[in-house]
Amino acid sequence: MIPLASIRNFSIIAHIDHGKSTLADRMLERTGAMAERDMRAQVLDTMDIERERGITIKAQAVRLEYQGPDGQPMVLNLIDTPGHVDFSYEVSRSLAACEGAVLLVDAAQGVEAQTLANAYLAIEAGLEIIPVINKIDLPAADPDKVAEELASVLGIDPDGMIRVSAKTGDGIDELLDRIVRDVPPPQGDASELRALVFDSYYDSYRGVVCYVRVVDGSLAAGDSLLFSATAERHTAAEVGVLTPVAVPVPRLGPGEVGYLITGVKEIDRIRVGDTISHPQSTNTKPLPGYSEPKPMVFSGMFPSDGEDFERLREALDKLRLNDASLVFEPETSKALGFGFRCGFLGLLHMEIVRERLEREYNLDLVATAPSVAYHVTTTDGTSFEIRSPQDLPDRGRIALLQEPYVRAMIIAPSEYTGTIMELVQARRGSMDHMQYLSPERVELTYNLPLAEVVFDFFDQLKSRTRGYASLDYEPGDYRASDLVKVDVLLNGQPVDAFSAITHQDKAYQYGKQMTERLRRLIPRQLFDVPIQAAIGSRVIARETVKARRKDVIAKCYGGDVSRKRKLLERQKEGKRRMKMVGSVEVPQEAFISALRVDDEQ
Amino acid sequence: MEPDGVALAEMATGWRGAYVHVPFCARVCPYCDFNVIAGRDDLQARYLTAVLSEIEREPEWSSLDSVAIGGGTPTRLPAGSLATLVEGLRARFGLTEAAEVSLEANPEDWSDEMAAALVAGGFNRVSFGAQSFDPAVLDGLGRLHRPEDIEAGLQSARRSGFGSISLDLIFGTPGESVRSWTESVRRAIALDPDHLSVYALTVERGTALSRAINAGAPAPDEDDQADKYEIARDLLTAAGYVRYEVSNYARPGHACRYNLLTWARGEYLAFGPGAHGHRSGVRYRNIHRIDAYLEAVESGRRPEQGRDELDPWAREQERLMLGLRRTAGVEIGCAGGELENSEWGKRLFAADVLRRVGDRIVVHRPLLGDEAARAVLALAPVDC
Repeated sequence: MIPLASIRNFSIIAHIDHGKSTLADRMLERTGAMAERDMRAQVLDTMDIERERGITIKAQAVRLEYQGPDGQPMVLNLIDTPGHVDFSYEVSRSLAACEGAVLLVDAAQGVEAQTLANAYLAIEAGLEIIPVINKIDLPAADPDKVAEELASVLGIDPDGMIRVSAKTGDGIDELLDRIVRDVPPPQGDASELRALVFDSYYDSYRGVVCYVRVVDGSLAAGDSLLFSATAERHTAAEVGVLTPVAVPVPRLGPGEVGYLITGVKEIDRIRVGDTISHPQSTNTKPLPGYSEPKPMVFSGMFPSDGEDFERLREALDKLRLNDASLVFEPETSKALGFGFRCGFLGLLHMEIVRERLEREYNLDLVATAPSVAYHVTTTDGTSFEIRSPQDLPDRGRIALLQEPYVRAMIIAPSEYTGTIMELVQARRGSMDHMQYLSPERVELTYNLPLAEVVFDFFDQLKSRTRGYASLDYEPGDYRASDLVKVDVLLNGQPVDAFSAITHQDKAYQYGKQMTERLRRLIPRQLFDVPIQAAIGSRVIARETVKARRKDVIAKCYGGDVSRKRKLLERQKEGKRRMKMVGSVEVPQEAFISALRVDDEQ
Repeated sequence: MEPDGVALAEMATGWRGAYVHVPFCARVCPYCDFNVIAGRDDLQARYLTAVLSEIEREPEWSSLDSVAIGGGTPTRLPAGSLATLVEGLRARFGLTEAAEVSLEANPEDWSDEMAAALVAGGFNRVSFGAQSFDPAVLDGLGRLHRPEDIEAGLQSARRSGFGSISLDLIFGTPGESVRSWTESVRRAIALDPDHLSVYALTVERGTALSRAINAGAPAPDEDDQADKYEIARDLLTAAGYVRYEVSNYARPGHACRYNLLTWARGEYLAFGPGAHGHRSGVRYRNIHRIDAYLEAVESGRRPEQGRDELDPWAREQERLMLGLRRTAGVEIGCAGGELENSEWGKRLFAADVLRRVGDRIVVHRPLLGDEAARAVLALAPVDC
């Protein structure tokens, strides 16, 4: 068993692209955890999408062996965290397994929204923060200025900040020494087992693999274990550490970090944040902080080709093996056919899932505009949550309708303050506070409806600040708003996929946009087709698809009746594939295009 | 008899016809996807021999009510050759007393001598491919004649004793203004033809026009064509012409027999490469390529490329699909009843595309007629 005093458990927290994975690689290399020739760049990011997007989805834990500054042998456990706020619950669980955090900031980019969001999480978790300024080798690096920014927002002495280049390896030794010196050793006693599950993933051969941090006692292979959140018992088939390859060990003692395999195959039977103990133990008080993953953003996902519905179901089932936070249930749309209403932790999570479905499972998907969960209280006093505009009761039955707010943190060059304020105001946001990180950079904190954030807010923010603004947000409270459901009607028939819950002031804009879009996409019929946007029975926008005037081929091809017949047969088959909305024929592609325009904007 | 009358429409059911396809052309028009060949006039002699032997080998039939020689460009052949074809048909099958013997003619090929020889050879009807009276539109269509050629040709045909003279017009060529089209119709009316076929320019797959449009050239516009259709309909109606089919207008007594026969599901024999026939309930087609056609006939084989034997339900569908092109419409019959009760059919009646008039169904909005045909083809087969 490793003495507590020789263990340091730490994470690296950083904004996207500030060099977290490169730094981790360098540490692995420096501590001999892997030979240079075996290194695949950025070992910790294992999924292709993570690699491409430069983000880390699932935490991993690597054990580093290092000679401390005084020559003492040390075990450093590097616990990787997802960089994005969508996964803030997972970040918080990872941080709960640590005593220290390396706060990594790009010397050219400076402090960004995610830097702060993660730093605050670490501070709340009581971690020792080691500020590190990375990429000092870059020509655009301005480490002094970044040090000042950090000092002003976090109140840390700028002199204590380590300057490194993860790329060249400069400053890595100093950083490792500082981790040994400043991160407190774990506390715990050897008595009865309590271990935290801070992450898990599904391996097709081994089943669910849990990452665990032993707090008290020890976890040995062969132990019978009790998982407190599920109250299930499993046997420890294997325990081990990652060096970074998996190496089984007989046991993990207090303060140690490693993996556990129980043979469980279903990912949702192991909950991230859960506490493991021995069934006979008296010390079964769960470790703090466990909560169920809560989806924040919802979208209907439909296969473009209805035949792919079963494949989509299988793909979602498979993704869920590794992602317990993904929720979905079947949904039927008049316009789009059979699909699933899916819930995600946030927009990034949604994009990642969608991209994986398309890329790894080769599915062509149509997604409805993302929406949020509303709280409804009806006139008879019942309260419930709705996740789809279709589920909203009639206006007359609603006593109170509330929407989720978020606390959004935006960091940008101060010259953009005005334009950001305009954008946020247009999105119904209100300022909470404003703080200058330096004379040139400002941190703005707003409360604004999540529904406004999920609708292209980040794109707008980026384009209005020439890409300089960064955004992070955390869930806030639910607030009553003047919300209405806008329906889109085709020749008087509502088309479900286009219904949306919007703020009263934005209903017209939405209705106008959708009716115009559909007018361009719906082919002309035998009669004029009105396209209306309506709140209840009140029409707020209207367009008309004018009736077809000519649909006839003049000639009969010199008596070639067979050919004409074949041509018409083909056209008839094309028509059969159309969807009927009332008496209007609509090609499925029209609905798909209408929804996809969002992607292009 | 009235061109759009029920009596004439029904009478045509029992007519017998013959169609001879002449594939030769001076050049191929960019919009044309008929079976045509340019630059092979050297094959004309072999072609004539082949068609005549095809006629001789065709099993006996009753006398013909209609002979139509189309193309291609029939007037690429000398008048004497065209007369020989008519003579061959008369000798083999006989012609009824009122038989219509018609050919398509390009105005630039026409001459008084040709006209006289054709009348002497038994032709009593000619249909000029006039297309437009606007030189710019004619150029766009790739036509070689000038507006004056149309006028000269028509007057010549009149003088020579043709009993029925028709003009073909095409509207909706990209670039053609409403004014240009109106003027073309007026000039056509001023020539006082007995019959007019007024067609919208259609973009057919595989044509030069279709390739140009795919490469970005302007395409015909639905609304523009609908407007021009209505302009022609109104002007022609005011001038005393009767619209007896979607695109065909005639003075009383001048409805085209070959047209009426086709829409009444009448039977007609086919001669020449790529020609289509309808005999004994079978629709058949000749070999398309002229070289393969000639080879087949010259080696004593029937030059048939394929055939569709129609079951009673398919015939019933055809009866409706073709008959609905006529102003007289079609007797409701078995398939008509099914159409009335189908969802698709109901939508067409509701949109006033179709109307029930007594025991007949008529197309009230002829420009949407193909939708009715699709609805007929979509009907589930029943025992009639």
